Amino acid sequence: MCGIIGVIDRSREPMDGTAIRRALSMMNERGSGEGAGYVVYGCYPEFRDYFALHVFFDNIHETKPRVDELLHQWGRVVHDEEIPTWDLPRLRKVHTPWRYFFRPDTRLMPRSTTPAEEIVTELVMRINTSVEGALVFSSGRNLGVFKAAGWPEEVADFYRIEEYEGHCWLAHNRYPTNTPGWWGGAHPFNLLDWSVVHNGEITSYGTNRRYIESFGYRCTMFTDTEVVAYLVDLLVRRHDLPEELAVTALAPPFWDEIDAMEDDRRRLHRALRLTYGSAMMNGPFAIVVANQESMVAFTDRSKLRPLVGAEHGDRLYVSSEEAAIRAMDPGITRVFMPRAGEPIVGRVVA
Amino acid sequence: MSPSIGSLPPKYRVTVDPDRCMLCGRCVENCAYGAFRREGDRILTNSRVCTACHRCVAFCPRDAIDVVERPLDYRSHPVWTRGVREAIYNQARTGKIVLAGMGNALDYPMIFDRLVLDACQVTNPSIDPLREPMELRTYLGKKPQRLELARRGDGEVELLTELSPNLCLETPIMIGHMSYGAISLNAQLALAKGVTAAGTFMGTGEGGLPEPLRPYQDHMIVQVASGRFGVDIDYLERGAAIEIKIGQGAKPGIGGHLPGEKVDEAVSKTRMIPVGSDAISPAPHHDIYSIEDLAQLVRSLKEATEWKKPVFVKIAAVHNVAAIAAGIARSSADAVVVDGFRGGTGAAPRVFRDHVGIPVEAAVAAVDAKLRRQGIRNEVSVIASGGIRESTDVAKIIALGADAVYIGTAALVALGCRVCGNCYRGLCPWGIATQRQDLVDRIDPEAGGLQVSNLIHGWTLELMELMGAAGINSIESLRGNRDRLRGYMIDQALMDVLDVRSVGA
Ligand code: SF4
Ligand code: SF4
Repeated sequence: MCGIIGVIDRSREPMDGTAIRRALSMMNERGSGEGAGYVVYGCYPEFRDYFALHVFFDNIHETKPRVDELLHQWGRVVHDEEIPTWDLPRLRKVHTPWRYFFRPDTRLMPRSTTPAEEIVTELVMRINTSVEGALVFSSGRNLGVFKAAGWPEEVADFYRIEEYEGHCWLAHNRYPTNTPGWWGGAHPFNLLDWSVVHNGEITSYGTNRRYIESFGYRCTMFTDTEVVAYLVDLLVRRHDLPEELAVTALAPPFWDEIDAMEDDRRRLHRALRLTYGSAMMNGPFAIVVANQESMVAFTDRSKLRPLVGAEHGDRLYVSSEEAAIRAMDPGITRVFMPRAGEPIVGRVVA
Repeated sequence: MSPSIGSLPPKYRVTVDPDRCMLCGRCVENCAYGAFRREGDRILTNSRVCTACHRCVAFCPRDAIDVVERPLDYRSHPVWTRGVREAIYNQARTGKIVLAGMGNALDYPMIFDRLVLDACQVTNPSIDPLREPMELRTYLGKKPQRLELARRGDGEVELLTELSPNLCLETPIMIGHMSYGAISLNAQLALAKGVTAAGTFMGTGEGGLPEPLRPYQDHMIVQVASGRFGVDIDYLERGAAIEIKIGQGAKPGIGGHLPGEKVDEAVSKTRMIPVGSDAISPAPHHDIYSIEDLAQLVRSLKEATEWKKPVFVKIAAVHNVAAIAAGIARSSADAVVVDGFRGGTGAAPRVFRDHVGIPVEAAVAAVDAKLRRQGIRNEVSVIASGGIRESTDVAKIIALGADAVYIGTAALVALGCRVCGNCYRGLCPWGIATQRQDLVDRIDPEAGGLQVSNLIHGWTLELMELMGAAGINSIESLRGNRDRLRGYMIDQALMDVLDVRSVGA
């Protein structure tokens, strides 16, 4: 089932984690206490130029040196520390969450147009597939994912989420059917600037995974959600599609609708489906994807999972439930429900 | 019969129950092999000529006929099977290569029957295709890796990429190449009407495009094979697509042979060869001795048709099929047809039919994996053929990575074919593999067309139900979706090739 919520402030006004913690708990009916998580954009202004790598270590003494070594080989770590947490009686700390602020040495990837991103992607893939006991779960600049197995308010308190501030937040309340209790399986999923929260099941996962892996991504989290982050990265960063079109590629109109469009649009939509047929996502889902500049929410082509949007001034909210949005901001002025496949897009203007 | 070996036991015994028989004479009329004759008020039979084509059984109004297979078998022996022994008697007598019809007849395990499909329960809803859209539309041809776009002044996005021509199928089921000559005109007409009604395509085979088929040419894929029979610019331009046939799953590595007896006036015209001459398609194309020669032929055909037609290349599924397909993907070809070793044929040497090549399931899995590894899967479509028997085979092969399938035998069965395996004798009592007019007339192209489109339609509905149950509403999301397959009692090595997990895993 799962509950999702996201907010972006279009004028980049920061919000702390208090409201979203409250909102996510409103949807406990949708979770099972086995996974919750938050991502906040704009939380590390003092390290804004560095990639913030959040890593779960099973064992600091054995695995961390291997990750350190890889990072030193590919760039420079300006600061690293254990992510501050509070001990809670009900949350068993099975991993040690750590953060690195890292600058890749772009000279090592001379032929790429986005060398820093390539290096970080490669490092994430490599650590996650080959360093046992280490999992990079957040790798963007000036953003951080915080997730664990537990109820939303426990996870929030564990990570002291109320102390972080940012202009865009996503959060997820999990009812797992796969990998219950595994911290890596909680949402949000993140790669570089992209974070994803997802309610549903992607029945096309096998197709999407085979497609994305042929571009060098490696799926390591045993869940269908990470593939969304990679697809968005491929379509928007590497293939340079505008976000709306990327969403169209992932949840395209039906052929009947395309056939009825006027010439130019029909050509474009047909080309999108032909080119990105394997990227298209099937099954019931509502997904929110965010980066520093924007937040995009959309559902599957039949809208088999709920999604509602709301506005209040510069703030745009999306969620599985209106009640959660109201818990976060009782002053919302407009509530709306997008149609199947139709994206809700919020962009920062400042 | 040979003086020292004597005759072999009859394959079938045909009996007529005199208590039931009403002496209508239909069996006498219908049997093309002369198994029945009337003497006084009895029908007598000659079992030796029977091929178990069941034409008589199908038309006897009294169910008076009984055909029994192997009424007198050899002493059973696991090694010295009937087939092995008879091939030896045969060759001891003739000193020749033994020919056989239809597809692979050895008892290899069917991989299809050891793969099971998935369905949704609870965590995601299955989709009811009667209420929700369910999309099977399939485009065959090259697709770009990515799109080039330009943002216009008014904020709209303009598409700069020019797409290559693709074939648009309403359902991913096509009918493979069976030539005029190998099968009758009425059979081809019925297939053509069937695919046209179903919104899909069929192959002409290497037999040219006879005049009466031209009204359906927009649904026909014309073939260029090693004999180049029937090929001229008019023929190429009429087809919706062009297919170069390199090999065939039923007989990889060898050519074809249409005996002179089958080359009558009409066949001679479409094949462009003299009446009564043998039509021999050599084993290799004599202008293709390597991959670059093939790439050149693809380009020549494209050039000749002004780059307006997709060009497919058909190869037999052999051990190295994946690398060959990758080579083809690098040419200008739009699709590679992978023909598995169960593919049917009019006639093939028995040793080839039964022992050369690999099953289409493994071949498609290997081809798809190789193309993806090289990042060129979008460069070609993959069409699977050879042994597709029902809609579940279609679903499974698409999940393994194919874009569409060709069916052959199944389409003929829809026209009445009983898989008797005697196509090469030219006396097909169902009017399919024959040019004898009285037999050909047994197919009403109109009714036959309906049977063929019914079959495709029926499979299409089943495919929709299978996809709906798996929570998938578009064929793109089934393609290569091996996570929705599980192997049941398949060994680990094959599971690795298929890249599927075991049931329960
Ligand atoms: S078709 Fe049947 S009923 Fe008619 S003659 Fe033959 S066996 Fe008798
Ligand atoms: S098409 Fe061939 S196998 Fe089928 S009934 Fe005719 S002769 Fe027999």
